[in-house]
Amino acid sequence: MCLAIPGKVLSLEGDIARVSINGVICEAGLALAEEIAVDDFVIVHAGFILQKLSSEEAEEELSAIRTAFVDQEEP
Amino acid sequence: MIFVDEYRDPQLVHSLSRQIRAESHRPIRLMEVCGSHTMAIGRFGIRSLLPDHIRLISGPGCPVCVTEIGYIDHACAIAAEPEVIVTTFGDLIRVPGSQSSLEQERARGADIRVVQSSLDALRIARDNPDHKVVFLGIGFETTAPTTAAAIAQAARDNANNVFVLSAHKVMKPAMMALVTGGVDLDGYICPGHVSIVTGAAMYEEIVAECEVGCVISGFEPADILLAILMLVRQAERGEHAVEIAYKRAVTWDGSQPAQRLMDEVFVPRDAVWRGLGNIPESGLGLAPEFNRFDAERAFDVELPVSEEPAGCRCGDVLKGRCEPVDCPLFGEPCTPENPVGACMVSSEGTCAAHYRYQNE
Ligand code: SF4
Ligand code: SF4
Repeated sequence: MCLAIPGKVLSLEGDIARVSINGVICEAGLALAEEIAVDDFVIVHAGFILQKLSSEEAEEELSAIRTAFVDQEEP
Repeated sequence: MIFVDEYRDPQLVHSLSRQIRAESHRPIRLMEVCGSHTMAIGRFGIRSLLPDHIRLISGPGCPVCVTEIGYIDHACAIAAEPEVIVTTFGDLIRVPGSQSSLEQERARGADIRVVQSSLDALRIARDNPDHKVVFLGIGFETTAPTTAAAIAQAARDNANNVFVLSAHKVMKPAMMALVTGGVDLDGYICPGHVSIVTGAAMYEEIVAECEVGCVISGFEPADILLAILMLVRQAERGEHAVEIAYKRAVTWDGSQPAQRLMDEVFVPRDAVWRGLGNIPESGLGLAPEFNRFDAERAFDVELPVSEEPAGCRCGDVLKGRCEPVDCPLFGEPCTPENPVGACMVSSEGTCAAHYRYQNE
């Protein structure tokens, strides 16, 4: 019953957002999240947006992993 | 999309796998609590990327799997009442109860509707003012706030025909009960979406009391391997700590609006987990101000003495005591199409995930 894939916010109307998840468009409630905007990537669970994903954190996380391991292999 | 594709990059995944092999020396046992992790681990073949001495054990993290049989019986009994519409997430309707399942009740004429969201239940209630609409609230801190949001909404709307049968549960007492109950673990791969709501701070008590590492993971291969690497490092250093390997979604304090709604609408109570038994303060009942929405109070139904299917080892599977294949019913007769136990029902169920990926 759980979806692990993020979706993208297409539009907002009142307390409902339209979100595209893998091309499938669904409605998601906004009551559990703060400051959601169009084009945000979000985690949707049971018809509500749970969280907005942070692209800064994602960049940081990935570059931390890459510099820690991938570079080491090609001296 | 940076949030998915990059975390599936084969080069990154293999570097992480190599790094784990290089750094891991002592045998460890890690439990993934969340059913979506169980599924991702099977789907991406994570076990084949790890040295043999790292054992991954599936935990009680699928809300459908841990729903006790008595709850299904209760839901079936309410569904059989006149003028009732039961609304539920899809997976639950196939879970076998003691005598019947919601699917069977529906075949007998009960009005049982699959919904994607608690808000759908509110909509159905508005459209059917002469019916009582009961929403089956199951799930952990990810789903409980969505039910809470619907109840708060129903209260604002003065709705008088919406009810919730709550089997909502919280993760921390169960994770602690497993360890104190003797399941031998070095670390937890902690549920990513539960942690979005609760924040990483929730695990501090588990680390302190149970002496296990807690690392929060996302659902892509690189997320899971990064979490395992962090747990390996903790184990090699002989330490236990809370760490986040899913920083793009999880914060230390979690989601304030979700926590506020849960605190407003629910109160902690004891709950029975299928396979694990009664765990104090691990369930969520409705707070007194919201009693009028409580299906337990609104319906006076007679319940059968609940009975687990003979031979089913769901309890041992959920505690990591045995692998699904060790259950005599696994695959024959118990399959995802024809589940005997709850763990075979939803695709995140431990037995279902093993069944699906067993030959890969
Ligand atoms: S509710 Fe969240 S944490 Fe639990 S199984 Fe589903 S995705 Fe995992
Ligand atoms: S194979 Fe079926 S009966 Fe056996 S433990 Fe799994 S779900 Fe239960």
